[in-house]
Amino acid sequence: MPIPIVNYLALDPQPHLVAQQCTACKAKVFGRHNACPNCFALDFTEVDVPTTGVLKTFTIVHHDAKGVPVPYCAAVIDCGGMTVMGNIIGVDPDPEIITRGMEVQLKTYSLGNDAEGVEAIGFGFEPV
Amino acid sequence: MTENVWILGIHMTPFGKRADKDVLDLAAEAALAALKDAGVTMRDMQVMGYGNLRGQTSGQSLQKQIGQTGIPSYNVSNACATGSTAMRAVMMSIKSGESDMGIAVGVEKLYGAGLLTGNDVGSGPETWTPQGRNGAIKNLDGYIGTSGMAGLFAQIGMAYNNSDPRANFELFARISEKSHSHSTLNPNAAYQNKMSLEQIMNDPMIAYPHTRSMCSANCDGAAAAILVSESKLRTLSLEQQRRAVKISASVLASDPWTEAAQEFPDVSTVTRNAATKAYELAGVGPQDLNLVELHDCFAAAELVHYDNLQLCEPGGAIDFFNSGATWRDGKTPVNVSGGLQSKGHPIAATGIANIWEVATHLRNEAGPRQIEGAKVGMAHVIGLGSSCTVHILEKSSL
Repeated sequence: MPIPIVNYLALDPQPHLVAQQCTACKAKVFGRHNACPNCFALDFTEVDVPTTGVLKTFTIVHHDAKGVPVPYCAAVIDCGGMTVMGNIIGVDPDPEIITRGMEVQLKTYSLGNDAEGVEAIGFGFEPV
Repeated sequence: MTENVWILGIHMTPFGKRADKDVLDLAAEAALAALKDAGVTMRDMQVMGYGNLRGQTSGQSLQKQIGQTGIPSYNVSNACATGSTAMRAVMMSIKSGESDMGIAVGVEKLYGAGLLTGNDVGSGPETWTPQGRNGAIKNLDGYIGTSGMAGLFAQIGMAYNNSDPRANFELFARISEKSHSHSTLNPNAAYQNKMSLEQIMNDPMIAYPHTRSMCSANCDGAAAAILVSESKLRTLSLEQQRRAVKISASVLASDPWTEAAQEFPDVSTVTRNAATKAYELAGVGPQDLNLVELHDCFAAAELVHYDNLQLCEPGGAIDFFNSGATWRDGKTPVNVSGGLQSKGHPIAATGIANIWEVATHLRNEAGPRQIEGAKVGMAHVIGLGSSCTVHILEKSSL
């Protein structure tokens, strides 16, 4: 069984992101929370996040910590009102190609196998 | 009504490579000079606020170098707002009536530190093991966005005003051109050389659209301030009263809930909230400000803060900059010190150093870079994560 890079990436039946939604005020967050940061209620339900979105802003990182492959495009995507951070993949990290307002779609890719042969799956967004 | 609090003395060390001094030497240099500037000694201090984000030093370790009188030290940590938060700790002590004079110190040795998020992510674990609240199986930097500051603030700038396409590489580089031009008049700046737009744009790219000269400079430095209650100030000499600077507003805020900011840092809402409260407390408006030192940790950040600090109409920061308003001869001079891009950004020192810059103009002691007739100024600092301090200072009328 492959393992996702983060717990809010669901791989089945099709890859998609999963938000925690506050049952009281409907605020959505990623990852484990002790209480809702908006209304302080304690209960969350899981909701699927749309796999397509609009690129709001981006940067192309040329200089990063040793071990991080550069250059890459880091971006903020609006997926049906939910703000998502992710890299733009499948195209050259070039500001002539990547533009604010472009439509993008969630894609997954292999991050390789660990010592026990378990494959990890990452995600990014490709221009539609 | 609680008491007004004033700055009695303040000092900023030269920023840059200070290989001859360790962290405590730099902190002591700033503290002793601020005490001298105020005309007081450690014997007069009743409280200390201390910030040294990346070192391991405390106010107590500084006291062992400059004077141990048993006073409490609030050792604070608040990202890039550490120094201004330390100053606020002293201010709150004075406002509460527990003390009537205190010292705040911020210091950092950062020269050659490289990336503040870490310079090596390592090879990772042998087996994928989910960790933390997101169950991450590896360091996510470079895989799910960037944790590098140059890239984060690039995205904040590129998102300005609903991702206005005019918020682009050349605009941000022109903001940097202003910073580097201003720095030529500041002998305390780490980098004092003028840079052309071409030089800035052709510098090595760190995170598009930020080239190296559009990023805040890692350097060494310290700043310290002596604060005093108004009633105590009135017992001091006329010269001390004349040079004192009034803190008309001091606001510290954290980022409030916004859904978008759960994923991507929002430095705008917190700045807007803090500025709104500061204007209200001081009873002045943006049009009254003779100069502003704002947190230009990267060129793109400066643009969004024109708007967040309400120096321009909502959504009008690009036109505001293009009008020349923020150059030193403009309507609202911004970062006449050269800003963090040129002056440098020794993290915990910055919050007090920005206040020093404004205070020095209000005292009419800024030399060749003096903004003539400055009576009211603002100092703004952001700590990513996010905290914000806004101070409005006024020239003494005592």
